[in-house]
Formats: sequence, C-alpha cells, structure tokens
Amino acid sequence: MWETIRDVATAICLVAGSLMSFAAALGMLRFPDLLSRMHAATKPQVLGLLLLLTAVALQTASWGTVPILVFAWLLQLVTAPVSAHMVSRAGYRTRHLKRETLERDELDAVVTAHSDRVD
Amino acid sequence: MRQATERERRVRHVKAVLRRRRRRFAVELPLIVGMTLLWGSMWIDFSAGNLIFGFLISLGIVSAFRLPPVHISGRFNLWQALRFVLWFLGDVLVASLQVFRLALFRGPRVRSAIIGVPLRSHDDLMVTLVAHTLTLIPGSVVVEVDRRSSTLYMHVLNVATDDDAESFRASARNTEARLIRVMGTRAQLDELKKEDA
Repeated sequence: MWETIRDVATAICLVAGSLMSFAAALGMLRFPDLLSRMHAATKPQVLGLLLLLTAVALQTASWGTVPILVFAWLLQLVTAPVSAHMVSRAGYRTRHLKRETLERDELDAVVTAHSDRVD
Repeated sequence: MRQATERERRVRHVKAVLRRRRRRFAVELPLIVGMTLLWGSMWIDFSAGNLIFGFLISLGIVSAFRLPPVHISGRFNLWQALRFVLWFLGDVLVASLQVFRLALFRGPRVRSAIIGVPLRSHDDLMVTLVAHTLTLIPGSVVVEVDRRSSTLYMHVLNVATDDDAESFRASARNTEARLIRVMGTRAQLDELKKEDA
C-alpha cells in the first residue's frame, strides 16, 4: 500500500519536474529577446529541481540523503540568480535587447544621464 | 596618575580588539556551521568525529579566506523565517506556472518592462537578499543595481500597463518588508511598523 503511494508521488514529482524543464525549453524558443529568454532559462529550474530532488528523496527513502539533496537545491538557489543577473546586465549594456518588446525602461534614463556625465 | 591612564588606554584597546573579534565571529559562525553540515551531509555521516573534522576544516577555510565585512543586524526571527520560506515556495509555484503559460500561449508577443524599485534598506546584505529572492521568483530578473540609491532595476515579464508596473513595484517592496521582518535591524522594523500604521 505505502509502496504504491510512494511510487505514485515519485512519478508525479518526476513528470511535473520534467514539465518545468520543458517550459524552460519552450520559453527559450518562443520568447522574443535575450532578457525575456533569461526568465525561461533560469527560473523554472527552481521548482523543477525541487520536484526532481523530492522524487529522489522519496525513492531512496533514507534520512541520510535528505541533507545532501537540500544542499544541492540551496546551492542552485544561491548561484542561479548570479548568472542570470550577469548575463542580463551584460546583455543590457551591450544593447542586446529589443526595445519594441519593452513597455517601459526606467533604467534607460539613468544610464544615459550617467554616460553624459562621463563624456 | 599617569600610570593609571596608560593602563586604562591599554585596557580600552584590548576591549576594542575583543569586541571586533567577537563581531567577526558572529558573522562567521553561521558560515562555519553551514560548512560543517555540508561536510557531514556529503559524507552522509553525522557522527561526532566526522563533524569535528569538518568543523576544523571550516575553521581553516574561514580564517584563510577573509570575507568582505558585512553588516548583520544580529536579529533573526525564526517564525518569520518559516513564513518567508512558505510564502517563497508558494510564489515560486504560482510564478512558474505563469511563465509556463506565457511561453505556451503568448510566446513572441510577450511584453515586458524594466522597472526601478527603490528599496528602504541600504545594507549590502539586505539589498543582495532582496535581489536574490526576486530573481529566483520566475518573471523578474535584476538587470542593474544602483548601490548609492539602493535601487534595483528589474526586467519583468508580462508588463503591459502602468498598473502592472506599479503592482510589481509594490510586490517587490513587500518582499523586502518580509525579509526585514526576518532579519532586518530594529530601526528598519520600526520604520516598517510606522509605514503600516
């Protein structure tokens, strides 16, 4: 009985987690520019990885492995935003963005004001 | 008389050194504990001997690689932290599904905006934590940080109107409020209460 419940829960976690990876791939393909693609590339993994690691924890069913799984998730949480920020920042600075997809850009004025001062 | 002042000065100096060391230890302690736990979990062995060895290695790492000084408030509210984690997971779940839906149905026609969010706090640590949390929640990414005015410039997915932009700004400031309740300074907390009143 418990075995079945555990297996079903594991299956749900695995499928849902993989769906998050699918969402990431879909977003990479369909979103219009670098900055919106960054959302798809980095984010669904926060939830996706959590679901996949939960599936691993359910199947191994030993408390010993839980801490290392938690650390795997936490380290992902600590590092993913840094790379997302660095790529977005570099992309913005090198003008790899489509202005027409932006509803507004409050950073533009700040950057222009600053570069005027430098000149 | 002269002797006494000399001794007083020396005592004051020793006290200052001790205070500085204690403050540094308060910053490093969570790091050391975290690294010791990481060591234990990587060996899947939480026996005393293994943990003590991990503790010694962490101590070595912390004293060999100095971190830049961070200002910590010394406050940490466990109940608020628990609430924060639950809220964060809920938000991540909802936002992940939203981004999925956008990728499926909106795709190349998605509109976004770069929005400046002025924060209350000027602490490096607090600004970093807020930026991190907001970046982890799908739909928003930090593009630039203005450290002097402590303003985050964020790229936000699916913003079509001014209302959308304002509601994002409000939710970002709400995230900061939640973090202040977990580990902000007394002064920030009082300011928050005044704001709510």
